[in-house]
Amino acid sequence: MSTPSRTDAGTNATSAPDRGHDHGENEGHGEGHGHVEVDGVELSAELVEGPSVASHDVAEYALWLGDDSLVLAQQLGWWISRAPELEEDIALGNIALDLIGHARSLLHYSGAESNRTEDDLAYWRTEPSWRSAHLFEQPNGDFAHTIARQFIAANYLFELYSRLAGSADATLAAIAAKAVKEVDYHRDHAAQWVLRLALGTEESRARMITGLSDLWPFLDELFVDEPLIDRLEGVAVRPSTLRGPVEDAMAPVLREAELDEPRGFISSGGGRRGDHSENLGPLLAEMQVLARAHPGASW
Amino acid sequence: MSAPGASEKEVWPLWEVFVRSSRGISHTHVGSLHAPDATLAVRNARDLYTRRNEGVSIWVVPAEAITTSDPDAKGAFFESPAGKNYRHASYYSKSEGVKHL
Repeated sequence: MSTPSRTDAGTNATSAPDRGHDHGENEGHGEGHGHVEVDGVELSAELVEGPSVASHDVAEYALWLGDDSLVLAQQLGWWISRAPELEEDIALGNIALDLIGHARSLLHYSGAESNRTEDDLAYWRTEPSWRSAHLFEQPNGDFAHTIARQFIAANYLFELYSRLAGSADATLAAIAAKAVKEVDYHRDHAAQWVLRLALGTEESRARMITGLSDLWPFLDELFVDEPLIDRLEGVAVRPSTLRGPVEDAMAPVLREAELDEPRGFISSGGGRRGDHSENLGPLLAEMQVLARAHPGASW
Repeated sequence: MSAPGASEKEVWPLWEVFVRSSRGISHTHVGSLHAPDATLAVRNARDLYTRRNEGVSIWVVPAEAITTSDPDAKGAFFESPAGKNYRHASYYSKSEGVKHL
């Protein structure tokens, strides 16, 4: 029998979508994982760009959302080579890459107002200038902690982007419309793992319960209406309106996993005003050190 | 008998992955992966084998469910067609005057 063989890396990022891959076509080319020219990849093609420059307020709002995604992506990147299995390693890496994509578009849009690139915003802001919410800054912990953080984050982002896709701001709407499909997968990934850890062994269940109760205090900050929101009626999604939908989305999964919604203290948050958890400083140091040691370098 | 590629040391069982690259094309074997169950196997396959836009549909099959031909019986299995060129249509010359061939 002829068995057409094809490796994972049958196509690289620069080639056209793989259509009609016919029998034997790929055999003997020895392409495999070889030869991906980063220089040849037009990274700006990944950006969702709109027609206009954001106003100061819209730029600030885009910064909130962009910082959430970038901080979470940076956290998830740590798992690469450390996840329980190779397959999960790649799953978390893919999710991180999706989030970096959202962060790039949001920070690109945000920075245009002040003539800064997304790299300027990512690598050259100090901690008080960041606007990430505390949830996204929470440490990876064990795998169950990361899944608990993903579970809350992905459900929040899904409900947020579903509504932001109808924003009066065309650029935000376009970014959200692209991102919502990706975070839809993230919440499925998280839900699958919540179920398996909670209904797995005694040990995995105990860890899932600990993970959820450690992360739950940071849920509330996501629903706080800062004064900025009052000035962005129709453009931003009012955070307080997301509480019901996010909780409704998580409830069935918790029920199926036979878990109670955690009760405990509520974090005061403050990320939107630049007051951060103790985790953000070290995270930024690691993320920014290379860019700051070699300003303007490209690779 | 264990499935080819399966190992005692692995916690998760092995799955074979088939991807359809576009409508009208049949699912093609692309490789294998480990996953705790079928639901996660489909998701892992999505992450491993379709991240560069390779597919529109995925099948996963437990590697154990696949029965293979015996590699030691290649002679008995696959050498019989040798010398039987008459099994190919091109072996026959077209008769004159026959239409629609």
